[in-house]
Amino acid sequence: MSDIAIRGVRKSYGRIETVHGLDLAFGAGEFVVILGPSGCGKSTLLRMIAGLESITAGEIAIGGRVVNRLEPRERGCAMVFQNYALYPHMTVAENIGYALKVAGVPKAERLRRIAEVGRSIGLDGLLDRRPAQLSGGQRQRVAMGRAIIREPKVFLFDEPLSNLDATLRVQMRIEIRRLHDRQGVTSVFVTHDQTEAMTLADRLVVLNAGRVEQVGTPEEVYHRPASRFVAGFVGSPPMNVVDATAAGPDTVTFGGLQLTVPPHGLERGARLAVGFRPEDAVPTAQAAPDGPVAAIDLVEDLGALRLLRGRLGGADVVVQTAAGTRHGRGPLPLQIAPSAIHLFDAETGLRLAPRAVRAAAA
Amino acid sequence: MIERTPLVNLLTHLVLVGGLLVLLLPVYVVVVAASHDLVAVNQVPMPLLPGHHLWENLAVAWQKGNFRNVMLTSVIVAGLVAAGKVGLSAISAYSIVYFDYRLRMVFFWIIFATLMLPLEVRIVPTYAVAANALEPFQALFDLSGLSVTLPRWNLLNSYSGLVLPLVATATGTFLYRQFFMTIPDELAEAAKMDGAGAFRFFKDVILPLSVTNMAALGTIMFVYAWNQYLWPLLVVTDQNYATASMELGRLVPSAYGEAPVWNTAMAGTLIVMAPPLAVVVVLQRWFVRGLVAVEK
Ligand SMILES: Nc1ncnc2c1ncn2[C@@H]1O[C@H](COP(=O)(O)OP(=O)(O)O)[C@@H](O)[C@H]1O
Ligand SMILES: [Mg+2]
Repeated sequence: MSDIAIRGVRKSYGRIETVHGLDLAFGAGEFVVILGPSGCGKSTLLRMIAGLESITAGEIAIGGRVVNRLEPRERGCAMVFQNYALYPHMTVAENIGYALKVAGVPKAERLRRIAEVGRSIGLDGLLDRRPAQLSGGQRQRVAMGRAIIREPKVFLFDEPLSNLDATLRVQMRIEIRRLHDRQGVTSVFVTHDQTEAMTLADRLVVLNAGRVEQVGTPEEVYHRPASRFVAGFVGSPPMNVVDATAAGPDTVTFGGLQLTVPPHGLERGARLAVGFRPEDAVPTAQAAPDGPVAAIDLVEDLGALRLLRGRLGGADVVVQTAAGTRHGRGPLPLQIAPSAIHLFDAETGLRLAPRAVRAAAA
Repeated sequence: MIERTPLVNLLTHLVLVGGLLVLLLPVYVVVVAASHDLVAVNQVPMPLLPGHHLWENLAVAWQKGNFRNVMLTSVIVAGLVAAGKVGLSAISAYSIVYFDYRLRMVFFWIIFATLMLPLEVRIVPTYAVAANALEPFQALFDLSGLSVTLPRWNLLNSYSGLVLPLVATATGTFLYRQFFMTIPDELAEAAKMDGAGAFRFFKDVILPLSVTNMAALGTIMFVYAWNQYLWPLLVVTDQNYATASMELGRLVPSAYGEAPVWNTAMAGTLIVMAPPLAVVVVLQRWFVRGLVAVEK
């Protein structure tokens, strides 16, 4: 169990910089999820922590020790790869025990620990099989076992669930979180799947194009997205974001429609983006004058809830309603509580906090 | 696009059987010729069915060709070439694929260039080097004006002379390179995380995964080395290092000398054909797998 400090870390491949100066601190025993779209540099960051990729600038410390120049094996990290990376010619037991064999652990103890780990991850009867004879979920478990047996100070996961089918993914997700709760080892988990991120994380790091967009608990990230990017990335379905203009200190307009927002001290004519969650838009029978009306053109029934998709103020929007409601295609007047509305600067994309930010900027 | 109509099936089989017959016909003629006595074999036309003298012809050829000694030499030479080739190719390809150093591409292209220089093309300079392996270095010293005299190191009439020039070619390196590039990078990274260094990874992961490739390359190189004729003829003057193909050449009657003893010569051919055939038969299971595809 170790904390991880990442200070001014950059990564360039040739002349192209892909990670632009990250400063992050992960507490000992924390489960941190790094979330971001494909190609944003998540794997690169994880691999720099692991020691599989050199650090172009800045430094990374694990448990207070700068590891920039250390070999992967000296860093005390174990890694679970997306494609499992099991040794195809070794049995499950040999795969799990390979790190111990390399470390020169005597055979008797090795076998004892392999059996123990095998039991703890539910691979009991499968220790003599080869990876090719296992299902995807079982291979995933072997990969986990291989990481667990080393009793590392840090677990690194690089999208370990993305090759599994939906059911198994949920199941393994739960197992990974339980394992963490049992052992309390610092874990860094990389994913592009926001559901995975929300459910697993103690703390979320949202990454975009090699920069940190937001760091916070899942709750903070969900309810107070720091930028338009985070708003549009987190949540399933994600937040609706519509371009708008300020019409007064607490009013915005878009597409001839008006919306009352909490007092942000807006300057008239300022260009903004208005965000609201699909579940915060409530269909009403009676439209307020100039109030928002979405043009619904698609209804998705998910059983427990219904998603109404359409357009509002020139943007695609989704409205989430309870099962059993009967709204169909056509115009749909919406009511959005001012407290559920998020405002973002049109240029920087940053969140405008009620009052505070504008006051500071002015 | 694999079509399976009866007509296409029939045609492909006809082509296959036809090709097989064309390939086997010379072998059949050898067997027939090796199984008759001298009179029968010199009749015109030659008998088309095997006779009854195969064993006695084989025995005569075995004696006359001194096969007891030369077969051993050939097995040693071909075995060394196959082993040396497999080892050298594996290591050089491992270096090119898994290590990132500045001269990597330079080495890669140098090795690639040797593909265009088979032994037959570079036979004169190779002979010169075999006559004194340190000669190129001596020439360098002489050129640079240093008065260093290196000892002579003669490879003629030795196993090293027979083996080394055949080992130094690039084909195997390429076979391995292609194979290594199909091994996922994550495997190397997983091994790194598990604490295995470059040597451990090679021994514990790369070697076991490339057994089929080794069998394939080993088979090809064994046969290739076994069939060498020109090179042994050049470097060997000492009868102790004569190879099977050299002896076989002597069994075949020359333009002058004695009358052609075709039945003995063909029996000798059969003897010389046997070891490579045995190697292919034993290794063919892995051989085919190694050439066709990477195991899934
Ligand atoms: N070995 C490499 N050489 C050059 N560019 C690379 C290399 N590895 C990754 N990149 C680039 O770095 C960026 C981040 O990659 P990566 O960290 O793998 O993203 P992801 O967030 O999907 O895991 C990508 O734009 C990718 O093209
Ligand atoms: Mg990735």
